[in-house]
Amino acid sequence: MTNSELSRHQLPVDGGVGGFSDLLAATNPGLLQAMTTAGAALDAPHGTTIVAVTYPGGVVMAGDRRATMGNMIASRDIEKVYPADEHSVVGIAGTAGLAIELVRLFQVELEHYEKIEGAQLSIEGKANRLASMIRGNLGMAFQGLAVVPLFAGYDRSSERGRIFSYDVTGGRYEEHTFYAVGSGSVFARGSLKKLYSTDLTQSQAVRVCLEALYDAADDDSATGGPDLARRIYPIVATVDAAGYRRLDDGQIEPTVQQLVAERNQRPDGPLATVTGVDQ
Amino acid sequence: MSVPYYVSPEQLIKDKADFARKGIARGRSVIVMQYSGGILLVAENPSRALHKVSEIYDRIAYAAVGKYNEFENLRVAGIRFADMRGYSYDRSDVTARSLANAYAQTLGTIFTEQPKPYEVEIVVAEVGDSADTDQLYRLTFDGSVGDEHGFVAMGGSAESITTALSERWQPDMALDQSIRLATELLATDSAGEPRVLTPGQLEVAVLDRSRPRRTFQRITGDRLAEVLGVPDDEAAAAGEP
Repeated sequence: MTNSELSRHQLPVDGGVGGFSDLLAATNPGLLQAMTTAGAALDAPHGTTIVAVTYPGGVVMAGDRRATMGNMIASRDIEKVYPADEHSVVGIAGTAGLAIELVRLFQVELEHYEKIEGAQLSIEGKANRLASMIRGNLGMAFQGLAVVPLFAGYDRSSERGRIFSYDVTGGRYEEHTFYAVGSGSVFARGSLKKLYSTDLTQSQAVRVCLEALYDAADDDSATGGPDLARRIYPIVATVDAAGYRRLDDGQIEPTVQQLVAERNQRPDGPLATVTGVDQ
Repeated sequence: MSVPYYVSPEQLIKDKADFARKGIARGRSVIVMQYSGGILLVAENPSRALHKVSEIYDRIAYAAVGKYNEFENLRVAGIRFADMRGYSYDRSDVTARSLANAYAQTLGTIFTEQPKPYEVEIVVAEVGDSADTDQLYRLTFDGSVGDEHGFVAMGGSAESITTALSERWQPDMALDQSIRLATELLATDSAGEPRVLTPGQLEVAVLDRSRPRRTFQRITGDRLAEVLGVPDDEAAAAGEP
């Protein structure tokens, strides 16, 4: 066996400082190439609406199931909400292929740090890491292949749920209370404004997210509503002191059915009250 | 002009091996063994920051004795190897066998090419779907790999612990019972005198077969004190309620 054959199987025992992305760039740059080189603009599936709502002790994130390519529905059951690690969740809007790969890398990055250091990153640390990964995709964003995730997690030092939003250049903004991203986000945010209050319970927060997604699907053709015929419902995940938990379809089915039944009575959804005006 | 001393290859290898063995024999011991629900790793380790037992991947753990900076280097290299594999292919493609091979190559090369060999001995353990598919690999300072069954002991009192384990270890022992057995054997020093090991002096972890993804779990604090029936000295000293 020659020396080069030997070294192929050998581990670099140099102590290994730096994150997983640095390691990837140094040893296996081919796997990172898609993230850094820009080609001609092309049509690729896009994910649409993600909403997140905090409640005392945690945060809920939900996403619709549609991916579109121009005016075609590319997928009706895509998943856009993922666990980032045990105590955080990330939802993706934008070019689906790049976004899913970005999330995969982000997950490995967090786990890699946790194993090497023996401790989890702070929630700000995780949010900052994601910001620099989005910034790395800026070249692709110029080609129309932007990735705009929404990040949320449970902050163990202040014992509350926190939400971070991003722009295509990697700008990181902390959102208090609630937020939405993606093509239907304008309508979702309008809905969240009217439904949010600071004292929601977890199940109320889940309901508020589902209402906001319904409103987004109502006015944005790229956002999918709950599909009762195929039993395809939004993905809903919660993060609290006990960690990340995805609600399975059986758990949200009754809520979705009730919501749809109520919308059949009143298509515009719950009525906000107006006070201080003469009757 | 002086003539360099001639040292025969046999003598050179023997000296290196003796040197490494001496270094390893100075350290406290580590036990890795199968129990009914997976694989248990127990180390005598008074430090809470410097680990002798750690997680490599979803179903793979690492235990080591010897020189800290050397086995820490190997641990980090192993995590990088596993994460890189899992990211390039799939999480299910990361196996203890390929990791053990990589470690063997690395240790073997260091042993022959470096002036000073690594004074370490490591175990790579992988928990399978059933006890039959669990894997335990023991790697020594010169890159030899041993495929072990049931249990492995490394470190200063490895020999006496292995003898005791071959009499007392049984497949399908419960977790609490396994932890107590391992602690008792670690606490028996070379002269056969028993000591009392408190939870603060032990590092205990399991690869729990029933967990869905990352199976590695540390057992610390109150849970460990409860199993051992010995209060955690550090917690008591800190005046915890």
